[in-house]
Amino acid sequence: MLCCICKEREATVHLTQIAGDKMQKVDLCEECAKTKGVNDPTGFSLADLLLGLGASQEMEQSAGGVDLKCPRCGFTQADFKKAGRLGCPDCYRTFADGLDGLLKSMHKGTRHMGKVPESLRQTRDISDRLKALQKKLTKAIQDENFEQAAQLRDEIKQITAKLSNIAAT
Amino acid sequence: MDIHEFLIPPADTARRKGPYDRIVMSSRVRLARNIRDSAFPGWAKKPERVRVLEAIRPAVESLPEMKDAFSQSMDNLTTLDKQILVERHLISREHAAKSAGSGLVLNREETLCVMINEEDHMRMQALRPGLQLRQAWTAIDTVDSELEKKLDYAFSSELGYLTACPTNIGTGIRVSAMLHLPGLVLAEQINPIIQSVNKLGLAVRGLYGEGTEALGNVFQVSNQMTLGESESAIVERLEKVLAQIIEHEENARATLLEKKPKMVYNHIGRAYGILANAHSISSKETMNLLSLMRLGVDVNLFPGVDRALVDELFILTQPAHLQKQHSEKLSAEERDLLRADMVRERLKHVSRPVSKPGGGQGTGLDKPEK
Repeated sequence: MLCCICKEREATVHLTQIAGDKMQKVDLCEECAKTKGVNDPTGFSLADLLLGLGASQEMEQSAGGVDLKCPRCGFTQADFKKAGRLGCPDCYRTFADGLDGLLKSMHKGTRHMGKVPESLRQTRDISDRLKALQKKLTKAIQDENFEQAAQLRDEIKQITAKLSNIAAT
Repeated sequence: MDIHEFLIPPADTARRKGPYDRIVMSSRVRLARNIRDSAFPGWAKKPERVRVLEAIRPAVESLPEMKDAFSQSMDNLTTLDKQILVERHLISREHAAKSAGSGLVLNREETLCVMINEEDHMRMQALRPGLQLRQAWTAIDTVDSELEKKLDYAFSSELGYLTACPTNIGTGIRVSAMLHLPGLVLAEQINPIIQSVNKLGLAVRGLYGEGTEALGNVFQVSNQMTLGESESAIVERLEKVLAQIIEHEENARATLLEKKPKMVYNHIGRAYGILANAHSISSKETMNLLSLMRLGVDVNLFPGVDRALVDELFILTQPAHLQKQHSEKLSAEERDLLRADMVRERLKHVSRPVSKPGGGQGTGLDKPEK
């Protein structure tokens, strides 16, 4: 097995970290393990390491490939590989496909569960409901359940109006 | 205003009290926030960084919590100023490397600090002595709620607060405590503890955060995951784990004193011997020995000595603080001489450790209720 950082030398250091119900594995050669500070338990964290290497691989495999560029800030896949940081808030939309797996491996979940700015709290609840209804509608149409579909369509109309009302105020 | 006139004197800082401060030196909660439609500081060009700084700084300065605050652009601080702020744990090492386009707002009590254009547009943190994570979270939550009215945050309903690094996305929260764990280190139990804390998804780091050494047996424990969990759930988890670590540390100290008292007395006695008599000593050795002296005070081997004496030396013997007390530029060797002089002078009236701890304050266990 080759070292997953340098991809040149044989991996002799094998690390596993269990966080919650997720297991993460990293295989390193002596040298990379040393430079990453693996032997020093105080200065080492697997998440930092995973960010460095998992990120670029995930991003490369994602749709759009290396040429994908953020329309707002001009940040590219290659820049992320170099910096390990994104260019602007919009990059999360641009590189969403590639980031998805990365976020899954790094965090407890993939959906925000914490604080929401007061001004968005209302719209967030409504747009969540809207999304759920739209899903139902698609399914109803597929199942040719047109009576339910019509009902759902009216409901969606109402909620959309409510949402634009809030946005206007 | 000069940052050195502004900062609380180390003697006063060292005397601040908090729950479980025998072991928990300080608590901190920081939030990462960014402004919508602006590139993150690491990618933005200078004019954009300056624009963001000029938008954020007045908003932060106008907070009631920031009355009489110290507010400055990073290019108006010298390298030494910034290093002092790092040694006081008020700014990160990364922020100390910043210049034009980055800024700092620090409140009068040094309990609230906002770094502008660090890795994110804003890194705001609440600091408290001892174990006070919940209080720190409440304080920073209030500040954040006030700022969201004045600034347009980058927020997605799916991913939460958007941050430059995907490791901070979601809540953007980092809850951490700085722990003094000499008992666990001497008992050689620190590594299994670190490993099990890691398994719980928490990070253990050294004195100055990410990628630093655990000098002076001081460790920082913090959450790593920020997405998929609420802030209060994260604070609660940290509290539980810290209660356990405190208990383990107290047990390690009690067991060592019972089973290997000579080993403990030997370490503390030698630490005192070197500190009280050395004529040249490095910052690293000083910290490690001061840590043992702090343990000696905790287990009452230095009757009548206040822990603040040791904690003040922890601050004063660091390189930038030492340099600040002298006008000419010091080399590392000169610093080692002056450091030793200062420590000798301060310990002049501290008698050598007794070989049996006396009764009274300091010997009782310091365990939080679970």
